[in-house]
Amino acid sequence: MSPEKTPILEVSKLVKRFGGFHALDGLSFHVVPGEILGLVGPNGSGKTTAINVISGLYAPDGGEVVFDGASSGGVASHKLVHRGINRTFQVPKPFLSLTVRENIQVALAYGGATGAPSIAELLAEYRLKEVADRPAADLNSAQQKMLDLTRALATRPRLLLLDELAAGLNPAELDWIAGRIKALAATGMAIIVVEHLMGFIEQITDRVIVLNAGKEIFEGTLATAVREPQVIEVFLGGEHAH
Amino acid sequence: MHNASKHLLFILAPLVVVFALLPGVYQNHLLLFNFVIFLILAQGVNIIYGFTGYLPFGYVGFFGAGAYGFAIMVMHLQTPAPLAVLVGGVVAILLGLLLTPLLRLSGAYFAIANLAASLAVLHFVANPALEGITKGPYGVSLTGTFNPTHAYYAAVVVMALTVGAVVYLKNSPFGLALQAVREDAVSASMAGVNIIKMRVIAWLASALVAGLAGGIYAWYVSVFYPDNVFSGEFSIFAIVFALFGGVATITGPIVGVLILYGIYNLIGFTTPQYFQLIYGLLIMGLVLFLPAGLVSLATRRGWHVP
Ligand SMILES: Nc1ncnc2c1ncn2[C@@H]1O[C@H](COP(=O)(O)OP(=O)(O)OP(=O)(O)O)[C@@H](O)[C@H]1O
Ligand SMILES: [Mg+2]
Repeated sequence: MSPEKTPILEVSKLVKRFGGFHALDGLSFHVVPGEILGLVGPNGSGKTTAINVISGLYAPDGGEVVFDGASSGGVASHKLVHRGINRTFQVPKPFLSLTVRENIQVALAYGGATGAPSIAELLAEYRLKEVADRPAADLNSAQQKMLDLTRALATRPRLLLLDELAAGLNPAELDWIAGRIKALAATGMAIIVVEHLMGFIEQITDRVIVLNAGKEIFEGTLATAVREPQVIEVFLGGEHAH
Repeated sequence: MHNASKHLLFILAPLVVVFALLPGVYQNHLLLFNFVIFLILAQGVNIIYGFTGYLPFGYVGFFGAGAYGFAIMVMHLQTPAPLAVLVGGVVAILLGLLLTPLLRLSGAYFAIANLAASLAVLHFVANPALEGITKGPYGVSLTGTFNPTHAYYAAVVVMALTVGAVVYLKNSPFGLALQAVREDAVSASMAGVNIIKMRVIAWLASALVAGLAGGIYAWYVSVFYPDNVFSGEFSIFAIVFALFGGVATITGPIVGVLILYGIYNLIGFTTPQYFQLIYGLLIMGLVLFLPAGLVSLATRRGWHVP
């Protein structure tokens, strides 16, 4: 990270409960513009919940989220999109009966962004050109993930949250998408990457937060993380040992 | 040519011309009027169900509210009929606003709650205690405004506006956003769409067209009872016609009304004893084999149907 930059997102002591269960239990971290931050942790540790709260799908039950200097916890998603936050979904959620092109058109028309990339650029850059006029339901899961990503990019976010975008891609596609993510960060976009593939995380991030049971248990580089006894225990206990 | 202009020129214009000229060559004006009313209602269902996914089982509530809005204006304030029709539309919008909390429900829960709401409005209007305002269960008789010819042409105008609204939805980012909300509300909000606002607008637009249709219906028939204008058949027919043709298209509901209401009247006249049977089988067959409506026969072949 570059300490001279002011964070675009600051999360402090975030709590999210489902019934009596604490999915997030006092989570604090920040991201600066241009940074790619890894958010890792075993299944059920609260990674997706963190993304859901930051993107306005859930209101926090405690703590604070500050985006670009203004409190953003509990603000409606579409307003956060207009302020500059967007995301992809772990299980992609395109508008199934609309064509790929129409999926992107909605975000271009309603995303409120000026200077957003054009449909043609997005289709070409994310390998959706051939399927542009097909219903999103016809796409395979990797293509649907790319469509989620292009819908997000059409709103020109300054903070992009990627929830397991790389899962299910083949090695060549992984290299390619890693390059794309780095290129986006190079434009100044802050990116939070949730991923189980440690090689991929290693390749694109310089800092990771390790989550367990809704709490941060480590912050630093992935190389240091894998030598931390606490981190090792959490991962070896789960199904995602590497 | 722009798609929207094509749709206006090749779908809307012929429809309006045909229904404007038919009374001159065909004697059963009441039947023509009913066709136009059902074209309006089926497109109204299309707006709320086809574009946003809410199935309005109590759609007739807006129609009845419009009819009574018209009647009350005419009876108590001697309002000219065209103005009273507009008031009917406004009354339906007010009812729609009152019912916006229903939009929090989805699927069958919304459909049932909407049905219950329409029954509640019926019983409110038919309450003998309101005789001084609505004439309660005894029905209204509006002699001063009786003019079926004018009412018929007013219906054609409202039909044109309603089909025009659907042409707009089919060709605008606004209509695309509505469909996005229908497909996945969470994703739509991540596209920047204010999903609550979109749903309310579509809901009120569909309420408005039903209210205008109800007002015109009251104008045309001039004598009616609460049970007539709040009859569940209006909701069911409008929904079945729209689904039969295919929703979220411009032509689907039109084709649905022309074919199904046509057959309805044909078998109703010629072989009334088999009527319910044939009609029921037809609808069952369609739902089983063509759930996306008649127009899907063409879309399956790769033809684009507006
Ligand atoms: N809407 C919800 N209602 C109830 N419980 C939920 C809800 N969303 C998440 N949870 C629970 O919160 C915990 C954290 O879930 P979350 O999806 O954030 O985990 P995750 O870290 O993304 O896991 P994975 O790696 O499997 O995607 C889990 O125990 C999950 O069952
Ligand atoms: Mg997850």
